Amino acid sequence: MIELLLSSVPAWALAHAAPLLVMVPLFLAPFLVMVPSGRIAWFVSIGATAASLVFALILLGIVQTSSSGVISYALGNWLPPLGIEFRVDALNAMILVLVSAMGVLASVMSYPTVLAEIPKEKTALFYSAFLACFAGLCGVAITGDAFNLFVFLEVSSISTYVLVALGASRDRRALHAAFNYLVMGTIGATFFIIGVGFLYAATGTLNMADIASKLPDLTGSRTVQAGFAFIVVGLGLKAAMWPLHQWLPNAYSYSPSFVTMFLSATATKVALYALIRFLFTVFSPRFAFEYAAFNAMLMPLGIAAMIACSFQAVFQTDVRRMLAYSSVAQVGYMILGVSIGTVAGLSAGLFHLLNHAMIKGALFMAVAAVVLTYKGTNIRDFAGLGRSAPWTMTAFAIAGLSLIGVPLTAGFQSKLQLGYALFEHGWWWAVILVVFSSFLAVIYVGRILEAVFFQPPVNPRKTRKEAPIVLLVPLWILALANIYFGITTEIPLGLARDAALAAFGPGMFR
Amino acid sequence: MLEFILERANYWAIIGLMMIGLYITFASGNLIKRIVGLSLFQTSVCLFYVTLGKVAGGTAPILFGEDAIEHGGGYGADVAHHAEMVPGGHALGNASAPVELVNTYSNVLPHVLMLTAIVVSVATLSVGLALIVRIREAYGTIEGDEVQEIDLETALAQEAEIDEWLNGAGA
Repeated sequence: MIELLLSSVPAWALAHAAPLLVMVPLFLAPFLVMVPSGRIAWFVSIGATAASLVFALILLGIVQTSSSGVISYALGNWLPPLGIEFRVDALNAMILVLVSAMGVLASVMSYPTVLAEIPKEKTALFYSAFLACFAGLCGVAITGDAFNLFVFLEVSSISTYVLVALGASRDRRALHAAFNYLVMGTIGATFFIIGVGFLYAATGTLNMADIASKLPDLTGSRTVQAGFAFIVVGLGLKAAMWPLHQWLPNAYSYSPSFVTMFLSATATKVALYALIRFLFTVFSPRFAFEYAAFNAMLMPLGIAAMIACSFQAVFQTDVRRMLAYSSVAQVGYMILGVSIGTVAGLSAGLFHLLNHAMIKGALFMAVAAVVLTYKGTNIRDFAGLGRSAPWTMTAFAIAGLSLIGVPLTAGFQSKLQLGYALFEHGWWWAVILVVFSSFLAVIYVGRILEAVFFQPPVNPRKTRKEAPIVLLVPLWILALANIYFGITTEIPLGLARDAALAAFGPGMFR
Repeated sequence: MLEFILERANYWAIIGLMMIGLYITFASGNLIKRIVGLSLFQTSVCLFYVTLGKVAGGTAPILFGEDAIEHGGGYGADVAHHAEMVPGGHALGNASAPVELVNTYSNVLPHVLMLTAIVVSVATLSVGLALIVRIREAYGTIEGDEVQEIDLETALAQEAEIDEWLNGAGA
């Protein structure tokens, strides 16, 4: 299929897919400010994200078919390492496809919920901020320049603060949540540039591949180690690594439901990608200090996230808040996979990243449907919905089971891979903890499903009320993807393996 | 010891500013003050980069004298080629002046990076201030503690409502 795509697109698209992927949404974002109608803005953002998806698939195709497995695009023909480079390998090609596919699904489902939750005069502006956020996330995933990564990170973050704050028309707590997110996010981003500054001081270059090639000569340099610490903390904050996740539950529970869906499927994933890129490609697990950081910091934090946030999720009464805590717990699984420091561990982490984006995307999409039709996100509002909105809630249940890790779902497969990788590394006790945390997931998902399917509706007047079709179609695409990839794991697992190998850098472990 | 401290005066200043900024961000209850602290924190990073770009004995990075004649133009591939001949990085005040140049110049790159960082921090500051205006409209206060208290009351009220329902469903 990818060959067909590659052979059918014109030559300019093949040559310039990398910058176009970011440029199309980035240029359309300010254009949308001038668009009067929300409906046109909706079509434009579907078009922009779909274009990005096509370019992302082209990039993936080129990466998979080319012998080197790396696409390097020198922006403005300024050659790297001096110029800014867009560098795509199997790792970020995977992330780009994920982000843009989620972007398409999110923007298709967005219109009814945006219409219901955002003041009418702000709809076009809302889509403008969404496209800026989307472009920023793609930019983070595609760039090969450390400082450029910071700029794109801030492009996406600043528009995210705006998007979160727009939830204020439904609940004013969104404003405070957005403010706290802004403070924490900015501290994270600033820590990141301090770290990049240290790396620049030590190596004299900002190109990530170039930094990577110069670091082995500098082992033991305290400047490099300080830079490493700042970068890990900064990106960890953006990726909601426990205990730096305090901004996430509030931001996810009060923002417009479309924003929650999009962010949960992409934003923390992209930050985690950036962290992986720095941990494995720029630095390397060969460095003793990084190995120590894996064992002494990332692994305990991942496990703590898994257990502590699953516990917190159990006690939530707001469904979105519960899912937000569960997101932090799931980030813990990914961090645990990463911290093993082997190809198997990293590919298990990345595989879970893909699956979790599908799971949480579907769950939050179903929640968005409930917000649209029943105006509430409390567990009480979910009671009896199994009868009044069977299609929405069946998809919700599928994704919920996948979140727990029931066999025949994508979530099961990624926990299986994580388990293999942990056993292989001798961390059998961590497998027990993963299973324990899955039991906690059974409790919190079970609570919602029990209310949905076995309790009488609070308000019996409301009879059958299904979500609109534009919302149901993307929801079911994600739900079926959860089942499909739970049965045949070939595609996502292949992507994750290639990505893990690419993250370790060319020539290693191949 | 004293010499060690004085030699790094610029770094001490940066660390001091950074810590003051971070402390205000965490400790202050007033939202405006928190944003100001955040700005200070970001500004200290700009100073950090500018310090990195300083080359001992270097002047402002505008070519003059003999250099200006020799390196009048060129862009793109020319400059990249030129850069390859110059050993990368004169950061951290190490005075390895570019081999081809007669005069010593400071490193421009960190300054340019900071132009971008300043734009980012201005954007953050303005979004933050806009949010504070909206918070003031919605809550009638800009004290973080008071906002939090109001939020807590709302949350508790919701919680009580749900508890009631849960108990009712159980009975």
